[in-house]
Amino acid sequence: MAALTVDNVTVPLRAFDLELTLEVGSAVAVVGPSGAGKTTLLRAIAGLVEPKSGRIAVGDDVWFDSERSICLAPDERRVGLVFQDYALFPHMTVRQNVEYSRKQRADEYLERFRIAALADVKPPGLSGGERQRVALARALAREPQVLLLDEPISALDAHTKATVRAELHELLGSLEIPALLVTHDFEDAAALADQVSVVVDGKLRQSGTVAELVARPADAFVASFTGANLLHGTAVQSANGSTRVQLADGTVVTTADPAGGEVVLAVYPWDITVGPNAPDDSALNVIGGPVRSVAELGNRIRVAIGPVTAEITAESLARLELRTGSFAFASFKATGTRVVAAGSGA
Amino acid sequence: MRRRALAVAWVAVALVSFAFLLLPIVAIFAHTSPGRLVDQLSNPVVRDAFRVSIKTSLIAQALILLFGTPTAYLLATRRFPGHALAVTLVELPLVLPPAVAGVGLLAAFGRVGLLGSTLDFFGVSLPFTQSAVTIAVAYVASPLYVRQAIAAFEATDPTLAAASRTLGAGPVRTFFRVVLPLARGGLIAGLALSFARGLGEFGATIMFAGSLQKVTQTLPLAIYAEFDQNFDATLAMGGVLVLVSVVLLVTLRLAVSWQRSPSTTSPSLFGLSTSS
Repeated sequence: MAALTVDNVTVPLRAFDLELTLEVGSAVAVVGPSGAGKTTLLRAIAGLVEPKSGRIAVGDDVWFDSERSICLAPDERRVGLVFQDYALFPHMTVRQNVEYSRKQRADEYLERFRIAALADVKPPGLSGGERQRVALARALAREPQVLLLDEPISALDAHTKATVRAELHELLGSLEIPALLVTHDFEDAAALADQVSVVVDGKLRQSGTVAELVARPADAFVASFTGANLLHGTAVQSANGSTRVQLADGTVVTTADPAGGEVVLAVYPWDITVGPNAPDDSALNVIGGPVRSVAELGNRIRVAIGPVTAEITAESLARLELRTGSFAFASFKATGTRVVAAGSGA
Repeated sequence: MRRRALAVAWVAVALVSFAFLLLPIVAIFAHTSPGRLVDQLSNPVVRDAFRVSIKTSLIAQALILLFGTPTAYLLATRRFPGHALAVTLVELPLVLPPAVAGVGLLAAFGRVGLLGSTLDFFGVSLPFTQSAVTIAVAYVASPLYVRQAIAAFEATDPTLAAASRTLGAGPVRTFFRVVLPLARGGLIAGLALSFARGLGEFGATIMFAGSLQKVTQTLPLAIYAEFDQNFDATLAMGGVLVLVSVVLLVTLRLAVSWQRSPSTTSPSLFGLSTSS
């Protein structure tokens, strides 16, 4: 498949410039907070926004090149863009929407996306999940060279989300074209894409597989975005190859990473063990205190103790009989912490 | 007790208002027997005026549609220096007294007018011709359509036009298949208003086109010319205009509700299907 190349593309936005270089081979997710320029990136690729400079190409087809003064109109780029609110034509039936780009083979797409039964319905009569399937069918019926998805899951209710995530994952895996999706939700990105790029204020912070981002977050923002606890403190002393970091509340945490001065430590919730007693094992870091909160996230439970939040199963929670206010210990290994650059942003 | 009296007074005032609005309309039909009114429809003056009115109105509305729609779309979707000024300019004839519009048209297109010698060169003389009626009607009625059209285009979601473009449709196809169908209700409402205003046009027409039977005498002009000679004829013409007005008002109402919900099935009154 021909890869999508976004080379040094610059688009001036209100507060900052979007400046990005991306290579999209298979399924890539661009994640970032709202207002990071994610939608603008998709609009620039689709031709709805003209960048100030840079180059956008799919394989050998150049769609935009500021140096050669090439800027194809949106309808001259074979691009499938699924808008955040799907942008289905409200005055046309599902079939007419899917047939909009091409009359042929509409049935095939109606079947493939299980919307054949809805062919004569107009979009206002569809559910969120159905609308998304129509939008996907409509975009792919054009036989695009690239599929772009703007927040493909965020418009859906929590109930539909899990199903759609699985469906989308399957679809993206079966596509023979590069797919670029943008989302503000790291979990959605991790579930859907092989490669994830974190964009903040229009700039790329870090790119890599989900495992790489979690193992080696480039900075504090990426770490917190991928779900880590951030512990701000001062490296006070190094001995035996480990570093002791004193946090603002006085807690001393040990990390295996070398560090000095003001530092930020990242600890992932799933690397933290919770128990009623201080453990007698290899974990160097033990923080005792009352449970601040217990929050359910599906079958995972987030338990906050002192400066950290641990993620445990519902089963463990029931066994430990933890409640808000009960005294507990959170422990994690020094090797489970990462010293990350303070960075900027949220 | 006092509250009751107040309610009665309230309703009474409303009834007086309605009576005031309805009485002249009823009077048109009640003054003479319906049979005599229908007879008057074969009166040559009435028939000629009807023909002139319909012909000039249809041509004027076609011109308004043809020039006004792209103008309105441009004003609705593009922002440029002087945009506010352009919108104000488009609305100018709305506040201009019709007689002033007539004088202006004469001063512009008349024999001794601004473009008079140019038109003369091409052998064209506009004043006191049927074309002059059409021009006068188009001039005074156009703002009602253009204003409504700008609002209708502004109300259509620009994301839908963008979606159309990414699906391979050029700007023209996007306009006709997405923007126009979605703005249709508002455009029809605007056209109904513009048609009503044009049909009733009097001041500018009489100044610029005169009142010549068969040529420039429209229904309102004929009503004015006939009312001290053949009152039955004026009543008959009034009745015709009332009926047309009612049809236009109903069209307007339907079109407005249609614009609000473009997704629902179109009112069958128009015999148009929303699918294209």
